[in-house]
Amino acid sequence: MEIIAEYGSLFLILACLFGFFMAWGIGANDVANAMGTSVGAKALTLKQAIFVAMIFEFLGAYLAGSEVTATIRKGIIDPDVMSAEPQLMIYGMLSALLAAGTWLMIASVNGWPVSTTHSIVGAIVGFAAVGISVDAVHWGKVGTIVASWVVSPVLAGTISFGLFISVKSIILDSEDPFHRAKKYIPIYMWMVGFMISMVTLLKGLKHVDLDLDLGLGSDFANAIPISFGIGLLVAALGMILMRGIKDVPDDTNRFASVERVFGVLMVFTACAMAFAHGSNDVANAVGPLAAIASTVQSGGEIVAKSAVPWWILMVGALGIVLGLATYGWRVILTVGSKITELTPSRGFAAELGASATVVIASGTGLPISTTHTLVGAVLGVGFARGIGALNLRVIGTIFVSWLVTLPAGAGLAILFFFLFKWIFGA
Amino acid sequence: MAILSPLGNLFGRSPIGPIQDHMALAHQAAQLVPDLLRATAADDWEKASEVHKAIVAAEAGADKLKHSVRRNLPNSLFLPVPRADLLTLVGVQDHVANTAKDIAGLIIGRSIRFPEKLQAAAIELAEACAATSLQALSAVQGLDELLEVGFTGREEVRRVEAMLKTLDKLEGITDKMAIKLRAKLFKLENDLPPVEVMFLYQIITLMCTVADDAESVGDRLQILMAK
Repeated sequence: MEIIAEYGSLFLILACLFGFFMAWGIGANDVANAMGTSVGAKALTLKQAIFVAMIFEFLGAYLAGSEVTATIRKGIIDPDVMSAEPQLMIYGMLSALLAAGTWLMIASVNGWPVSTTHSIVGAIVGFAAVGISVDAVHWGKVGTIVASWVVSPVLAGTISFGLFISVKSIILDSEDPFHRAKKYIPIYMWMVGFMISMVTLLKGLKHVDLDLDLGLGSDFANAIPISFGIGLLVAALGMILMRGIKDVPDDTNRFASVERVFGVLMVFTACAMAFAHGSNDVANAVGPLAAIASTVQSGGEIVAKSAVPWWILMVGALGIVLGLATYGWRVILTVGSKITELTPSRGFAAELGASATVVIASGTGLPISTTHTLVGAVLGVGFARGIGALNLRVIGTIFVSWLVTLPAGAGLAILFFFLFKWIFGA
Repeated sequence: MAILSPLGNLFGRSPIGPIQDHMALAHQAAQLVPDLLRATAADDWEKASEVHKAIVAAEAGADKLKHSVRRNLPNSLFLPVPRADLLTLVGVQDHVANTAKDIAGLIIGRSIRFPEKLQAAAIELAEACAATSLQALSAVQGLDELLEVGFTGREEVRRVEAMLKTLDKLEGITDKMAIKLRAKLFKLENDLPPVEVMFLYQIITLMCTVADDAESVGDRLQILMAK
């Protein structure tokens, strides 16, 4: 207790710094995977992509980031085990942030594909299991999280597969795909609006102090009609944007104009993707920060119940935006330049499938990798015979990156944990 | 900082574009054969040798592309159509260029010139063969659109099948022309040096082979769609 009383503000400052650094790293590296698809498919220019990412990453983090943050903060480890020595919680979370941040730095300098989610989860499990006790880890929850890493790409792939098959049979395979596209694409836009609105209403409005009650009983029942209406508004906006697109005959590809219509749809799915990414990945940075802040502020008591303070989500959201502005835009260009074979009719299906999956995971508080989910979604479109060539070796690389990242994050976290313990005393 | 994004690396280079480029080169070789015959008809051997060079260059370019397509189609690539079918398609396309080169080589190597009375019919046959290979090229160019609909759509498949029907028809025309040309040659053959006659027959056969190869390109396309 004395340690926290003595160093409390120092811990808080360190936590903010590390958390901000971590968020910066997510903005600098991770966002590129979410936005690169849209840039590669030429649905967005780089400037537009950054603009969309800044707004929707922020909104996603702020409005729908609380559940995953809660999981990172108190779902993986059992705070009660540390109630006698609350400073261990602080050391642990500090070292988790530092370990994940360091590992991400090492990985990106060497060009290894790693996921922020896996680094932070590995780090937290590592410090808790070795530094505190094996029982401090909620192994059941960890099992669920690891399972979700396998399930999420598969789910995203399945959704994207279905979406692309529907596009193929409803729009592309017809006498007049252009007019079909204009007619049916608003339905997909509606889906985007509905989905984002549902998550926001169910998970986000609590800490914005807005309460919408239509008197329909449950939150869920209340949210459905509102989201339905918002979906309609989004679809209407999309129809206005699509009006400007004319069917220009193109001898080399009769689908050129159709793809331009899908380009408008992809602007919407890009927003959804950024929102989804913000809602899930911001937690990697602010979850540990939230744990430290609440421990320090309650003077050493580890409160498991309190809500995530709004300013903590702000720190994460701002960090992501800053990372994007300072470095991430270059990564978006690099990733985008590699994704030239993707056309908007496929890109939207991948993005919508991935963002729906990520948003569901965010709603249930499961920290998953947005990038891996998107890879699964693209493969889903590929299985619907939509993409010229996909490199399946990537799946192997992803598994290897899991196998390496989890122990690496854990090992570094253990190292830092004992370092902090030595510096500040147990 | 080096960036290795799993998403960026997920996308392989689609073989469709290079396969189309390959067919374009193969057709370029085939469509020069009429020019070659015209030059020999006019006894302009300088021009003939130039055309020969252009055919050889097109064939060499096609070969290079063929190898590059094969190199860029590793087993680990996930494709919308069976890899083996794509490789066979490229192989068949390559035959068009190879046969055109064989014709040009024979004509230049032996200074072969069709007898005056057969000139028009020979050039006509060469043109018809080039038209067949052009039709095969347009069908291959439809691969883009086929990929766009995922190789299954009724509309697009119908479109390509209509093209293939025309291709078969064009090939049939070349067969008929060749029969007539052979008949004419048969009537003249006693007045011509026997060795030359043999090679004239061979050139007619090779020209028909160009058209046959072009037709096989269509057959391979149909197999791609059928799966």
